[in-house]
Amino acid sequence: MISSLDLVLMAPAIAIPVLALISNYRLGAALNVLASAITMVAGISLLFAPRARTDLFVVDDFNIYLVTLTTFVGFTTSVFSASYIAHEIEIGRLTPVYLRFYHALYQAMMAAMNVALLANNVGLMWVGVEVATLSTVMMVGIYRTPEAIEAAWKYFILGSVGIGLAFFGTILVYLVGQEVLGEGLSAMSWDLLLASSPKLDSRLLSLAFVFLLVGYGTKVGLAPFHAWLPDAHAEGPTPISAVLSGLLLNVALYALLRFKMVLAANPATLNVGAIMVALGLVSLLFAAFMLYRRRDIKRLFAYSSIEHMGIATFAFGIGGPLANFAGLLHMTMHSLTKSAIFFAVGHVAQVKGTQRIADIGGLSVTHPVLAVGFALGALAIVGLPPFGVFTSEFMLVSSTFPQHPLLTVLLVCGLLIAFAAIVLRLQEIVFGEPRGGQDPVKASYVPLFIHIGLVLAAGLWLPEPIVRWFRLVATQLG
Amino acid sequence: MPSLSFDIAHLLAGGMLVLSFVLLYQDRIIAVLNVFAWQAIVLSLSVAWQAVAQDAPHLLVTAAVALVVKGFIIPTALHRIVRRLEIHREIEQVIGGGPTMLTGLGLVALSIMLVAPVKEGVSIITREDLAFALAVILLGLLMMITRRNAVTQIVGFMSLENGLVLAATGAKGMPLVVEFSVAFSILIAFIVFGVFVFRIRERFDTVDVGALDRFRGERRDHP
Repeated sequence: MISSLDLVLMAPAIAIPVLALISNYRLGAALNVLASAITMVAGISLLFAPRARTDLFVVDDFNIYLVTLTTFVGFTTSVFSASYIAHEIEIGRLTPVYLRFYHALYQAMMAAMNVALLANNVGLMWVGVEVATLSTVMMVGIYRTPEAIEAAWKYFILGSVGIGLAFFGTILVYLVGQEVLGEGLSAMSWDLLLASSPKLDSRLLSLAFVFLLVGYGTKVGLAPFHAWLPDAHAEGPTPISAVLSGLLLNVALYALLRFKMVLAANPATLNVGAIMVALGLVSLLFAAFMLYRRRDIKRLFAYSSIEHMGIATFAFGIGGPLANFAGLLHMTMHSLTKSAIFFAVGHVAQVKGTQRIADIGGLSVTHPVLAVGFALGALAIVGLPPFGVFTSEFMLVSSTFPQHPLLTVLLVCGLLIAFAAIVLRLQEIVFGEPRGGQDPVKASYVPLFIHIGLVLAAGLWLPEPIVRWFRLVATQLG
Repeated sequence: MPSLSFDIAHLLAGGMLVLSFVLLYQDRIIAVLNVFAWQAIVLSLSVAWQAVAQDAPHLLVTAAVALVVKGFIIPTALHRIVRRLEIHREIEQVIGGGPTMLTGLGLVALSIMLVAPVKEGVSIITREDLAFALAVILLGLLMMITRRNAVTQIVGFMSLENGLVLAATGAKGMPLVVEFSVAFSILIAFIVFGVFVFRIRERFDTVDVGALDRFRGERRDHP
């Protein structure tokens, strides 16, 4: 009997060689959707599976929510990807040979992210993040234009350095664990580390966290380690931008949070919350100002991802049940909204034949449905009610204000600056003189509107079981 | 404490650190590759010594991988690429040799200061190795920052990775070390050579990463 855990890990892994061998791109795209759908079903069934642990894998309340989110967005993105690449083949930007790699790498990335999320062994978690990063590096460079190669190179170099430092942090964590838990796999098991955290050497643990923070923080896209992020988002295929922003950044932040939990259980360690607050706030403010000078639509939303990961990191840095709740909700909402925006942006860039904001205009006249989807996504991401992003941001502001009024002022400033920047661009893109291509778009609107619908629903009403569950995880996070 | 085992481990790790410094001031690409090969050989000796000292024969696999892949195959391949691309000229450095060496010294001091407070509970070999490994990692980073040429950046990354392997093998009984080192070597081999260098060469007739900068998205409007 195969458990849902096995299926979540195996389905994408089996799909990798199969997709690499299929030369017909339509069949490849269909199988990619199928494999993602199976993974999604397995991911959702994990919700009902018993919580279990081995030395390598763990299923607990924290990671099943992210596995569900990841496999769901992975599935919707594969649907979007099918219609996106059909257009790219048509205009000859991609060839069927490249698509074989593309689909295989897509599943490799999904498998690696699931491994990272479900890993109990901190070394295995590192492997998951690393493989996911490297497969996206290759996908970012797939267009082989000078810009794409530069972006992939930069992503590779910065990502590798980040990953190297995270590995050093992982070695230090093992050294700390080995003193108490003995040699071997158990000293790398996260749940055992957490349980024995008060007995661990606090100085070495703090040192380990600094390396993990810089390493995984590079992957989260926190300023000042963010340099790879805008380029990688702008130059790769848009489905990859959607999963990068929607999923991979979350996975890296998740890895960081796992270690933060271990540190939080040991009172003698460094106060990591303060560092995370600082990094989050810097990312938020920096990205908010950078939003103003963007001329490329995908770069615009890439900077917005830096901003939102900054908000989530800030929330987890503040800590406490309420702020953690806000952080978890924000990760979910950002993931759904940002991938929806990239679905819309991908089609916009295809019909207009450009990513330059100056050449895109009057979308509401030329492509009304797309314009509505795009506008709803953009309004959701800037944090307008009644969307879910507003809920999480409001919760964060209200939970931070009583303890840290000054920080809250800075947070709100960042949010407002980013708000104005995106609304300004939104107006330019959706209204105004119609510019660029006017051809009808062969788009699949279903993933886009499902995401927007979910974000809207979450903003209006969060079902009681989900609230209870988020609250539980938020208290675990400390 | 077995003092001979300690001394040899110390000597080999120290040798790697010295070679990291030698890498920093090389200004010819061929010399960089040769020094890197030596560092990989010293690494493999160090790992082999750890295998003996810790009585962990599986580490010999890591030592063999380091010796064959990083000591011979990758340097040879890089030599061929360098010759094919005709870039055995001087290396452009962002910062000059003197300041780079001073920064390097600072980084070594930093890594000693960071690791020194670690309690005696961690075995002393591990602790000293950790300081050396951290210094090698930081110097690898420094090399990646101070060089603009794609090939030398790769060497910087591999030197950083040598430090990681040193740290991982120094941590007594760490699981999956062999798998990590093999995976690292394969990744370096595939990604670096297969994808990037050839594509960069193919498109620009240069491997100078600085030349790529002008394609940055935001500047497309103002060439």
